This record gives sequence, structure tokens and C-alpha cells, in this order.
Amino acid sequence: MNTMNGAQLIVKLLERQGIDIIAGIPGGANLPMYDALFESTAIRHILCRHEQGAGFVAQGIARSTGKAAVCFATSGPGATNVLTAIADAYLDSIPVICITGQVPASLIGTDAFQEVDTYGMSIPITKHNFLVRTVGELLTIIPRAFELALSGRPGPVLIDVPKDVQMAEISFAQWPEPGRRTTEKATDIESLRAAADMINRAKRPILCLGGGIIHAGAAEAGRLLAEKGGLPTTMTLMGLGAIASDHQLSLGMLGMHAARSTNMALQDCDLFIAAGARFDDRATGKIVEFCPDASIIHMDIDPSEVSKLKTAHIALVGDVKRSLEALLPLVTENSRTIWNNQIEVLKEMYPMTSPEARVPEKPYGLILKTSELLDEGSFISTDVGKHQMWAAQVFPFERPRQLLTSGGLGTMGFGLPAAIGAALAHPDKQIVLFTGDGSLQMNIQELATAIEQQVNIKIIIMNNNSLGLVRQQQNLFYNKQLFASDFQIDIDFVTIAKGFGMKAVNVEAGGDLPALLERMLAEPGPCLINVPIDREEDVYPMVPPGASNSIMLGGCNAEKCK
Amino acid sequence: MQKNVNNRDSEMEKTRQVDAIAVLELVVNNHPGVMSHICGLFSRRAYNVEGIICIPMQDGMTSKMWLQVNEENKLEQIIKQVKKLPDVLTIERHDGGHRVFERVGVLV
Repeated sequence: MNTMNGAQLIVKLLERQGIDIIAGIPGGANLPMYDALFESTAIRHILCRHEQGAGFVAQGIARSTGKAAVCFATSGPGATNVLTAIADAYLDSIPVICITGQVPASLIGTDAFQEVDTYGMSIPITKHNFLVRTVGELLTIIPRAFELALSGRPGPVLIDVPKDVQMAEISFAQWPEPGRRTTEKATDIESLRAAADMINRAKRPILCLGGGIIHAGAAEAGRLLAEKGGLPTTMTLMGLGAIASDHQLSLGMLGMHAARSTNMALQDCDLFIAAGARFDDRATGKIVEFCPDASIIHMDIDPSEVSKLKTAHIALVGDVKRSLEALLPLVTENSRTIWNNQIEVLKEMYPMTSPEARVPEKPYGLILKTSELLDEGSFISTDVGKHQMWAAQVFPFERPRQLLTSGGLGTMGFGLPAAIGAALAHPDKQIVLFTGDGSLQMNIQELATAIEQQVNIKIIIMNNNSLGLVRQQQNLFYNKQLFASDFQIDIDFVTIAKGFGMKAVNVEAGGDLPALLERMLAEPGPCLINVPIDREEDVYPMVPPGASNSIMLGGCNAEKCK
Repeated sequence: MQKNVNNRDSEMEKTRQVDAIAVLELVVNNHPGVMSHICGLFSRRAYNVEGIICIPMQDGMTSKMWLQVNEENKLEQIIKQVKKLPDVLTIERHDGGHRVFERVGVLV
């Protein structure tokens, strides 16, 4: 017979799930769980400085490893603070388990101190959620939460545990099996044959690899199909790294800030094969004008994604890795020379960068220089804004999970805690955070967590002292009325970082940026480098929000495009 | 006179709605959060629910729920989304309505 209280049971069940790191903050309603953590030798607790940070640390672990990760928050403000990170995990399908403390069951509904309806508030932003009513339910709910978070299309699960449930005694004879990813049933073979037939007949097909490819571990299967069928391959922001950026079939990212050549090729394609991608508006532009001449094959594990926004001619519902592997023998070998040559011409005509833009003092140059200096196997985390799009455009991503970025929700403040999470999960690897001055300020308190844990992260602030993408939109679409997008004070991030105890340097005008970068990247532990970026440096090309992807502003040789 | 016109309009409106009406019959786990999950899904995805009837089944572990919807264009998508809820055990679609609403309709 095992006898313990609910909180100890939660911690033991998490240990049995293989959890070795929990990010969180204690408070009145989850103190029994922290008391249980005190006794755990298997789990290392990471004390964050804001619950949103804790949620993103868990995301950094989950995104970089593919395993479920756990965060803790107390009731009331602890729970509301963590919700942004949970919503972010929901939109990008990241398996995070969030366990919140709740006021004792007898006080629920009385507006007790630090009581909010965590269960009600988390319904629309979780894959599933639980309010634990009796201590015995924990034996089924915890493993079930992991099974749900990891199975099918992954996603976050929240478990709200009243304090009295945490303290209640329980005796039980047998431990439940840990929750695991369940296997999906295979995709229907008739549809696979029809899809292969459609691919074989296509003259100008394009393959699109989305975040689902990363989650499913299907990058290699995707590449093999692309190579056999001679399929030019684009990626969504969440899919970057699925195929190496220097692969000859790679078209890089599609959509709002894609290379001109990529969106032009898409306008011209006769078959669009979406694999683990969900036709997000930032990727498709005005949906009715997206790939206007193309048939659509849509592969996704979530049936509700198929034909949600664009009607699929063929739906391959199931594990995308298995679908891709099943398609491979059915697709005939074809180099599609004419189509690939046509795209090659477009790529040469409309390159993403110019030699002038590749000097290290400019955004593209800084990102490219950093990539040259990094060891193999390092991770890139970004925040949200111009720096994120510049990195997505030119950083030579070469493997799945290399890029950690907030795609669907686009949460500024994601980058720093996510980088900390990745560093905790991969202590022997380099983690570089590209961030902006606006984004960093949204979770700047986590500098303390980075120092306290001595994680190996290098923070590169691309500092334009403004909310750059907002500013760009005001310039382009709001009559250049710049309002609330330029910061009126110049923050000294180096002094701030030093105040937290972090090594930090400023790039001075005329200084040797490459040498400074190299020195900072070689430093052990966390450090920060502040790089001034001209406010007028914008992200191009750009498809105006709501416009068709055929309408692109700016970028190299834009004037040659009619 | 004015009143009659209004009545006629609402009659026409009713006929039009009846054409497109469908009823989804669900078996769901019976616990306090299920109704929130179903209603939350409908409001978040901007699907309209015209009527809801829910009663516990004999075993006490599950409930039966009927949702009256007239979202013809979105119906396939609604069904797919409802199916994804872990607390929804089965879903059955009745085009043209269901007698449970006719019976209850007598009471209102």
C-alpha cells in the first residue's frame, strides 16, 4: 500500500513520467506541492520571476526536446500570469502540462483570496483541462494529461488542483502506467494512391512543410519525398529547419515576409502539398488568392484542420510521418528540371539579401555572422518582431527544433525564457537568443533566472529603440503617422544586465562587431550583447496584411517585378 | 396590421431556418465542466447554437446532449471540432431536426 498526500502523489507521478525539470513560482495555493518538491531528488525546480516566464521555460524544454514539460503556478494571479504562455503553446501545438494551485474546494465560488476561475479561463486555450475534485482522481488525471498533451496533435493541458486536494491523504495499491503518446491509425491507402497519382501528374508542384513535420519527427521523410519527386519545398515559420536552408530544393519560408521568388513560385504552382501545415493567414495571405491554379493535398493529424480554410482535393488524415513514408514508394522519380530551373531563375532575380545588407552591422549581416560563429547543434530562440522575421529569412537553419519561436500567438517576451528552457534541457549546447529591445522588456525579469541557473545563453539585442514592426506598419499603411511605436527614452540594457549580474557589452559605433560577437559567444554562461540597429531598417519583402501574396512591397530588385 | 406583417415575417424566417436546421446528438462525460467545454467551443469558433437540451443518462457517468444548429456552411467543421473534445464520447448528426426539440417546444 502506498500512502501519501495529493501533492506528494502529483510529484511522484511526474517523476514516473520522466520529468526532471519543473519551472514555476510558489504561492499560497500550491505550497503543498512545493513542500513535496522539497523531498524530490529527481526533479530540479527552476524558480522563475514571473509565471509567464515559467510557462515559456517549459515551452523551451518541450520545443527543443519534443517531450512534454511541466510548469507550476499558484492560484489567482499566478494562474492568470501563466495563461499567455499556455495560449502560446496551444497555437503552436506544444505539449506543456501546467499545474496550478486553487483555493480549497469549499471556498471555490466564494471570491476567496487569490481565487479566479482558472478552469473556465483555460478552456479555450488548452487542448484539455481538469479541475481535480478528489485526491483519487489524480491517479488517472496526471497520466491522462500527458497522454493528451503528446498524442495526435500535441497541445497544452492544464490541471487545477485545490489546496485541500493537495493535502488530502490517499492510500492505493498500484501505480498507474505513465501517460504516453498513442499511435495513430494509418492513413487510408486509397487516398494515398490518389495523392501519389496527383503528385506524379503535376508539372509545377510545391511541397510545404509545417510545424507538424517537426512534432512528428517527419523531416527526413519530407526531404526524401521532395528529393524523389523533385519537389521545390517551402516551410512555414514553424516548419523552418525541416529541410536545410542550403538544400537545393529549399524555398525558405512562405508568406508575409517570404522571399519574393517563393511567393511568386507559389502563385504559379499547379499542386500545393501541405504537410503538417494549417494555412495560417500570415503564410497564405488573402486565402482565396493563394495558389490560385493549384490542386491541394493536405496532410494533417488533426481532421479539423483539413478544409478548414482551403478546400483540400485530397485529405491525408493521420500521422504525417507515416503518410510521407507511405507516399515515397508510390511517387515516381522525377527531377522536374523545367520547373526547378524556372524557380532557380526567380531565386537569382530576387535574392533575399544584397552584399550591402550582409555587412555585420546590418540586421542580415549580424544574423549571418552569428550563424558562422556557432557550433554545430546550437539552438536559436527569437522573440517577436523585426529581428524574428530577419532571422527566419536568412538564418541557415539546418535541422528540426533548431529554431524556437512563437508562431501562432506571436508573443513578445517568449524568447528569453524559452532560451533558458532550451539551455536547461541541453546544458552542453549553445543557445542564442535574437531579441528586440521591445520584446526583451516584456520578460526582462527572467535575466535573473538565467543568472541564477547559469544557463549557457547568449542574448543578442537588435536594438532599434522602437516597436519595429508596428512602426513599419504605421509607415506603410497609416500615412507615416508614427504613434506609440518609438520609445522616448534610451534604455541602457548593458547596465540593466549587469545589475542582474550578467556579463554584457555594447556595440559602439565603429567598433569591431565580429570580434566582439566571437568573444561573447565564447564566454561561458549567460551574457548579453546590445547591437544598435537603425530604426529605418525594415523587413522586406512584405505582403500587406489581408492582401494576396502576389502583392509584395520592397525587397531586392522589387522594381523589376511587374 | 403592423403586428400581422411582423408575424408573417417571423413565420417566413422560421420556415427558412427549419430548412437548414440540424441537430447534433452527443454522449458526453457527466461532470461539471462539460457544458463549459461545449459552449466555449461554440462561442470561440463563432458557431451559433439555437438550442441545447442536456440530461444525465441512467448510469450517471454520462449525459446525452442535443445541440440545435443552423450553420449549414460550418456544420462539417463544427462536427470535427466537437469530436476533438476528449469528453465527447459519440456524436450523431440529424439533418432536419430532432423530435426532442419538438416535444420540448410544446412547453415554451
